[in-house]
Amino acid sequence: MSRASHWSFTQHDADAITRILLNFLQETNSRSALLVDRSGQLVTTVGEQPQFDATAFATLAAADFSANDQLAKLIGETDFTTLFHQGERDSMYVADVARRLILVVLFDQRTTLGLVRLRLKAAVAELNQVFLRPPDAQPADLGASHLLAGAEDDIDRLFS
Amino acid sequence: MSVINYASREINCKIVYYGPGLGGKTTNLEHVYARVAPDTRGKLISLATENERTLFFDFLPVDLGTIRGFKTRFHLYTVPGQVYYNASRKLILKGVDGVVFVADSQVERQEANIEAMQNLYDNMAEYGYDITRMPFVIQYNKRDLPNAAPIEELDLLLNPGFEVVDPARQRQMADPHNPSRLLVSQLPTGEWVEHAPSIEAVAVAGDGVFDTLKAVSKLVLKSLASSS
Repeated sequence: MSRASHWSFTQHDADAITRILLNFLQETNSRSALLVDRSGQLVTTVGEQPQFDATAFATLAAADFSANDQLAKLIGETDFTTLFHQGERDSMYVADVARRLILVVLFDQRTTLGLVRLRLKAAVAELNQVFLRPPDAQPADLGASHLLAGAEDDIDRLFS
Repeated sequence: MSVINYASREINCKIVYYGPGLGGKTTNLEHVYARVAPDTRGKLISLATENERTLFFDFLPVDLGTIRGFKTRFHLYTVPGQVYYNASRKLILKGVDGVVFVADSQVERQEANIEAMQNLYDNMAEYGYDITRMPFVIQYNKRDLPNAAPIEELDLLLNPGFEVVDPARQRQMADPHNPSRLLVSQLPTGEWVEHAPSIEAVAVAGDGVFDTLKAVSKLVLKSLASSS
């Protein structure tokens, strides 16, 4: 079997992201921010805890973003780096982070699209710094091989 | 691509059910949804047309247990089987960790099976993935139908085997799901070949559905354990 590709999200990453996003939510008066892996997996939620199914939301947001990426290519654009969905009460703004994640910001009438858009650029630049670090900057003991080393029996037991 | 989240202590993996239209991919997910404890699964999301054909994908998250304090969470997706939905089918394969090919055993669906399998190889290759080197299980579905083709015939068409070049893997290996069958074997010409594990199923009755899910999830976790 080939080596599986994976990436690890550490407590250190979580702390840095929470700090950046809390600051952003405070500055813009937005409700919450969700960070989602491009393959549809929810990485973290900051701000108001969503009252909806966040896992399903993450999957649909990633699919939405991917579909729009393809639409961009069809009209001759490289990609759409941001998307905006306007609702009657709540709206969402979606932005690419480091070509690997998407940031979804949920906000309502307590703020404006202009302010969210303006502040988001800086927040995304900061998030890019966290996720664009060179691979060797990641501690060697944080990976699937370390976590699951010698876990063959545990894996077998899980399915017995 | 698996995500190991140390902050929430979760290992998240993505499994995609692929195959020809009306082959039983959605039925597999519906059976899993109906049978697992509600506290270990999320909502079943279906982006389908009015007549219940999958338009974009079906999605079901399931927790399969805990390893070393980490919850193993599998995200199960199906793709639309109809040929003309290839753009959306390809999107779903992004970041996939394991693939289940749900083949329709009926004799008259063999052409559709072959076309879907070729399409899977092509779409995976476009992402730079090599399906022969990642967790991959074939499910022969609809085994209860009178017009089901023999397994040997399906194997010949859909699972003829790929060459094993790594000398360390050039040794006979039995199929854990069917001990009389070899997954890795040497041909009379001297070449070593490996077949994908295959499971017989009747998804509408639930037969083989969990065996398939277990087989692919186990392969995904084991491939993660051997990664670096």
